Amino acid sequence: MSTIDIEHASRWFGNVVAVNDVSVRIGPGVTGLLGPNGAGKSTLINMMGGFLAPSVGTVTLDGEQIWRNESIYRRMGIVPEREAMYDFLTGREFVLANAELHGLDDPGAAGARALATVEMEYAADRQISTYSKGMRQRVKMASALVHEPSVLLLDEPFNGMDPRQRMQLMELLRQMGAAGRTVLFSSHILEEVEQLAAHIEVIVAGRHAASGDFRRIRRLMTDRPHRYLIRSTDDRALAAALIADDSTAGIELDWSEKALRVQAIDFGRFTRELPRIARSHDIRLLTVSPSDESLESVFSYLVSA
Amino acid sequence: MYDPTVARLTYRALLGRRRALILMVLPALLLLIATLVRVFDASSDDVATQLLSGFALATLVPLIGVIAGTGAIGPEIDDGSIVYLLSKPLKRSTIICTKLFVAIGVTLLFSALPVLLAGFILVGASQQIAVAFAIAAVVASIAYCALFLLLGTVSRNAVVIGLVYALVWEALFGSLVPGARTLSVQQWALALAEKVTGSGVDVSSAVSLPTAAVLLVVVTVGGTWFAVDRLRVLKLAGEE
Repeated sequence: MSTIDIEHASRWFGNVVAVNDVSVRIGPGVTGLLGPNGAGKSTLINMMGGFLAPSVGTVTLDGEQIWRNESIYRRMGIVPEREAMYDFLTGREFVLANAELHGLDDPGAAGARALATVEMEYAADRQISTYSKGMRQRVKMASALVHEPSVLLLDEPFNGMDPRQRMQLMELLRQMGAAGRTVLFSSHILEEVEQLAAHIEVIVAGRHAASGDFRRIRRLMTDRPHRYLIRSTDDRALAAALIADDSTAGIELDWSEKALRVQAIDFGRFTRELPRIARSHDIRLLTVSPSDESLESVFSYLVSA
Repeated sequence: MYDPTVARLTYRALLGRRRALILMVLPALLLLIATLVRVFDASSDDVATQLLSGFALATLVPLIGVIAGTGAIGPEIDDGSIVYLLSKPLKRSTIICTKLFVAIGVTLLFSALPVLLAGFILVGASQQIAVAFAIAAVVASIAYCALFLLLGTVSRNAVVIGLVYALVWEALFGSLVPGARTLSVQQWALALAEKVTGSGVDVSSAVSLPTAAVLLVVVTVGGTWFAVDRLRVLKLAGEE
């Protein structure tokens, strides 16, 4: 069982702050690192993987500093996001080389085991240059698993995978998490993270925005103030009726759009009450559309929460 | 100091199909010229030293050194596959030294060995010319590889910088500006050749042998040490 501790870590590149005072503890089980593109997920993973020093703060594995410490790789496997591998090797040769580089006693057997785990034996003797994206991803996985590490870091592992490959990899990671390994993967897709990770860390604009199980993250995301654009047969009467209800916090008559802009603070109640209120005032709803459903706005809300 | 797996990955990448062909062109040319000179009976000690210092030592050795030295690590850093070496419990010095050994081996194979053969084809054992230039090529190969491996570790434009150094600095400036010749691997290697050849042969270097020896060691050891240091803090490219 291994734990990665990030304490008040920041990392900047020149004037750009990529990671801003993040403190997170990643323990056994599957953890998802969620955030929009460019949020600093890769920078954070690179710090955990020992490829970047934090500008300030510390990043440790079981209390040992990770930066400039090659010995941590005995316990850590890394699946990088980038495609490049030793393309002139076959999958088997590549995994074998990784086993040898770890100094394992029986690298051949370890390589074969890792290839079996990711179900790549059938193509193991083909050159990597002939592999599809999903096959590459699985061989990368095998190379990271070859020494049976207690920590596995994966940077955007599902990018470019088809649904079947995605399910396969999810199942594999789930098993590893259940076996007590510390598995951390990054993704910018909430549904992906939700399906797999019992625990989610949200990173937005380099800051640690939220932390918890997916239900808590979901709730944070759905409980936030929602904005709606509403058109009806009598906007003013509807506005008066809605502001009297507890579910709303603000209503604006948007004259140019000829519509109401409503800010709902109780999402559940608002969605139930809106049709009821309209009906009781004999108003017909013509348009009800959420006006800020983009992932970015969801994330930016989380930062301020 | 040495890891056989790193070595295998390095030489397989270095001697991949197309690169091996490029590496073979220049030594083949040298041997062809040497053979032609011999066949047409135009060979003499002077012709041999001119060909071996003017073409072999001034062009062949540095060019092969650039290809092997930068090629042993540059492409892996460029495409990010070096991560598979870095994420292992391997000393960074082991990675660099192994790559240096492989680069030196390849450079010797494609430059020092052809120089020795060309020397024998041209003048046989006369005045130790063949051996002298082969020794110079060996020493130059080692220094070039250390230098260009360092370049490959610190710069994306290692090949260009290496070519500019080898061709512009050593060849052009070396012949125009006397001072530039003091800082030239080629001249240091020539100092050694000068020592080995017989007295009747016109081989001369701009630097004295002790100076050359010291500078060769400094460049080789210092370059390697610095490359290890840079690899320790290498930032992987293509990230945020």
